[in-house]
Amino acid sequence: MAKELKLMKGNEAIAEAAIRSGCDGYFGYPITPQSEVMEYLMAEKPWEKTGMVVLQAESETSSINMVYGGAGAGKKVMTSSSSPGISLMQEGLTYLAGAELPCLVVNVVRGGPGLGTIQPSQADYFQATKGGGHGDYQLFVLAPATVQEMYDFVFLAWEVAFKYRNPVMILSDGAIGQVMEKLYVGDYVPRWTKEEIMKISPWATFGKPDYRDHNIITSLELDSAKQEIHNHKLQAKYREMEEKEVRYEAIECDDADYVFVAYGSSARIAQKALQLGREKGIKVGLLRPITLFPFPKKPIAELSKRVKGLLSVEMSAGQMVEDVRLAAEFRCPVEHFGRYGGMIPTPHEVLEALEKQIINRK
Amino acid sequence: MTEEIIIAGFGGQGVLSMGKILAYSGAMQDKEVSWMPSYGPEMRGGTANVSVIISDERISSPIISQFDTAIILNQQSLDKFENSVKKGGVLLYDPNGITHPPTRKDINIYKVAATEKAAEMGMAKVFNMIVLGAFLKVKPVVTEEFIEKGLRKSLPERHHGLIPENLKAVQVGKEIVETVNQL
Repeated sequence: MAKELKLMKGNEAIAEAAIRSGCDGYFGYPITPQSEVMEYLMAEKPWEKTGMVVLQAESETSSINMVYGGAGAGKKVMTSSSSPGISLMQEGLTYLAGAELPCLVVNVVRGGPGLGTIQPSQADYFQATKGGGHGDYQLFVLAPATVQEMYDFVFLAWEVAFKYRNPVMILSDGAIGQVMEKLYVGDYVPRWTKEEIMKISPWATFGKPDYRDHNIITSLELDSAKQEIHNHKLQAKYREMEEKEVRYEAIECDDADYVFVAYGSSARIAQKALQLGREKGIKVGLLRPITLFPFPKKPIAELSKRVKGLLSVEMSAGQMVEDVRLAAEFRCPVEHFGRYGGMIPTPHEVLEALEKQIINRK
Repeated sequence: MTEEIIIAGFGGQGVLSMGKILAYSGAMQDKEVSWMPSYGPEMRGGTANVSVIISDERISSPIISQFDTAIILNQQSLDKFENSVKKGGVLLYDPNGITHPPTRKDINIYKVAATEKAAEMGMAKVFNMIVLGAFLKVKPVVTEEFIEKGLRKSLPERHHGLIPENLKAVQVGKEIVETVNQL
């Protein structure tokens, strides 16, 4: 594959990846710190090149329901927003999950609660991984830590979304959205033809052929016995994801006495804290969850059997730390360190927290 | 080699684009780079800053709070970032509008009268490239050849006619940079 070097913001990389991955439609509504996604798409005019639709809806509620419509037709469709906008989309997300519709939703998280701040945050972890909307459902959640991953995960999102018929969320944050880094882009993937869609997604509502009954897309089933069966099916799908789709990166964990657990921007900061720690002779590693659901429980459980402590580093008041504790099952101390409300921890603060909360804990 | 830089000044001075050209030039020279803007409710006349990292290795955190070099273009930014320069690091500033010059004795301090020079030469638009030239004289983290490539890559094609003037401004910056405090 021809690789071309670009220098781009994370938000722009999402947009470029959408065009290059054969996305059929983007529906969105502007909000800082992710407005560059739609700005970039509007400037690139992909409708002239690939036929991809880009539409500014009148609200986030509207854009997520446009995604529902497009996804129902078997199309590769997506939206992006930031925290307050994603809250508005929660109804749509649970409907998409209930109706088993593949799609991509990007959340470039900012500080909350409420309208909050426009600075980076990771305080939407619970919302992304524990529901957000009502009912027993899971999104497949990817956490990019670089601009390259912002790009690559759009391709991965389509793969997973269509494999499992499930909404995928890319959970990023203001820092990864705004930072500009080197990015290698690949060739254009053509948009699917109608014939391809009929083959890939025979359940989709692309028009009724003579050989079968109507396809119906709904999340409504008033017969509770049937609804329970539908729930069993969803749960089986989530368990399969936990079995097959866990992704993480382990950095210098092999000889580590202590391990940071951090994703996205926090993982980058923790990696710098790791370097500072190693310079001081502290054997510290970093486990970076790439999928937040399914969560890398097994590698964390393994680590908890041999390290002296785990420090969950998040730009939140302590959300992922709950999953780390569940995975560690009290085999070793698990602590949380976070800055929030749009504040970003420094590597020195992170190392200091490790020393204070774990190494020298009383 | 890893060089962690903050460029700070007024919005509209070309702080962000100067950082972008530096980052592009580094990328062209096969370095790892990152460019992280402050993206608060900034506007023309307000303050703006950007962190740029150029490195031979994979960059861990693009968000930094201590700098090898601070390039300072107004008093507010000097007040804010003087103490964030690492010991033994570099502070480069334009004395225009500076009423309280830097006082640290444990860093290298340079000044470049870029505002004055740009006005004198009628090159106000490439003021930021004069500053960039001064920085590159002090810290040659990217070579000239790649600055041109960086400009070519970062400027839209319709502006490529402006590249010679930009490169001239880089030269001017290299010539007029002055040492204030050298360790």
